[in-house]
Amino acid sequence: MKKILLILLACVLVFSFAACTAGQTSDPGVDDQTPTPENPVIRLSTTTSVNDSGLLAYLQPSFEAATGYRLEISSAGTGAAIQAAKDGNADCLLVHSKSQEEAYIADGFGEVRVPFMYNFFVVIGPKDDAANVKEADTAADAFSAIADSGSTFISRGDASGTHTKELGLWVAAGQLESADATADGTLPVIDAPWYLSIGQGMGATLNMAQEKLAYTLSDKATFLANAANLADLDILLERADDMMNTYSMIAVTPERYDDTNYEGAQAFVTWMTSAEAKQLIADFGVAEYGQQLFFNLEDE
Amino acid sequence: MDNFWHVITLLFSDAGAELRYIIGVTLTMSLFSTTISTLIGMPLGILIGSREFRLKKPLMRVTHALMSLPPVVAGLIVYLILSRNGPLGAFHLIYSLQAMVIAQVLLISPIVCGLSTSIASIRAPQMLETTRGFGMKRSKEIWLLLYESRSQLISVLMLAFGRSIAEVGAVQIVGGNIAGKTRVMTTAIMLETNKGNFQYAITLGVVLLLLALVVNLASAGLQEK
Repeated sequence: MKKILLILLACVLVFSFAACTAGQTSDPGVDDQTPTPENPVIRLSTTTSVNDSGLLAYLQPSFEAATGYRLEISSAGTGAAIQAAKDGNADCLLVHSKSQEEAYIADGFGEVRVPFMYNFFVVIGPKDDAANVKEADTAADAFSAIADSGSTFISRGDASGTHTKELGLWVAAGQLESADATADGTLPVIDAPWYLSIGQGMGATLNMAQEKLAYTLSDKATFLANAANLADLDILLERADDMMNTYSMIAVTPERYDDTNYEGAQAFVTWMTSAEAKQLIADFGVAEYGQQLFFNLEDE
Repeated sequence: MDNFWHVITLLFSDAGAELRYIIGVTLTMSLFSTTISTLIGMPLGILIGSREFRLKKPLMRVTHALMSLPPVVAGLIVYLILSRNGPLGAFHLIYSLQAMVIAQVLLISPIVCGLSTSIASIRAPQMLETTRGFGMKRSKEIWLLLYESRSQLISVLMLAFGRSIAEVGAVQIVGGNIAGKTRVMTTAIMLETNKGNFQYAITLGVVLLLLALVVNLASAGLQEK
């Protein structure tokens, strides 16, 4: 009995090693006609909202087939995504927080910011809508209504683009004096029992809103992608003037770190703004959700 | 070294209020989880280890399997049970300190139980031979066994505490990392790392290490007695 177990264990180990090495050597389906670039790996640092909605996974095969590059995508809140680029762990950024992007370029880590698509933030809340957010004209009005009714609001609290946007809306709603970070790098928090700052990604935030029947701010794509698990929540406000969410790309400057793949990042930016990618972005989610999730910015 | 003094000054300054609160929540959680896990796991482990009965082997197998229960799985199970539409949803325990303690007890009591079983099964045979000779009562035997193995059992206690204070997966899922409510050292470190705020993250890491050191020194003191 013991011998059989030992042999089994040995087999499992051998197989797992074999699987590992196989994974390393096999080449993903790159077109034979496309020449492989000198430095084929592009490290893309992006935000959870782009990744969780499935947009990048949907675009990735087309990009790789068209250019021969290989994308390695890591996602975190915008603050962390930008920090990864500053630390030399990324070649290209795809984020959605204008103020943080401009600060990044001002610090000399990138040359240009290429805004290329947008979607809308949405105010999510319980179906019975105790704060009457549905009647609001703008997101700022909706936030005032939530604060006045004392309904629970879940904040990302993770220095992400969505969190930055949320703080700006609280300032507009007169609940916060400033959305700026304090000297030690922490962002302001509303000190009230109905305001919960949880420091987690969009998916976890929506799950908590579902559990606590609370309000939150989300990007529309992530909410729709997770809607099956969020049966008690609804989109209560969308497409208000103050809820546009613009995504930009920045190629990381090659001047700081020798191994930064600047050519790759440029190729990615060029492809993402090509007619082929624009069509793909416009089509994304239409079949599944019956509506367009991301919109291309017009060329200026 | 700079970082170390930075931490010490921050701990006792006005700006350290949030940090002190996080430490408070962490210690409360760890003390409760360790105590409850010990109260459940240790007597059970001693009993299993010191007695002979038919289901002893299968029971030990199950305990050993549960000892390697991944924290996120424990978290997920407790989440599903306490969730609003789960079987115990009516108690509204999800995203609370209680939920975090429950998940940790699920995680840690098998470890305490399994280790206590090993300790008891090594000590019990020779000890029982002697005590039976004296005609000692069974309940007294258990107390004697506990007393004789105290040094090893304190190590088990420390391991349980260490596991509790260092755990992040389960408490993130069931606690929700809510600022000023369920945020503990480990989930705060995760958050600051995710924000790219490495300076504060490492500060928290140093504090966590200091806490572990203090607890270990205390246990060393106890063991020498």
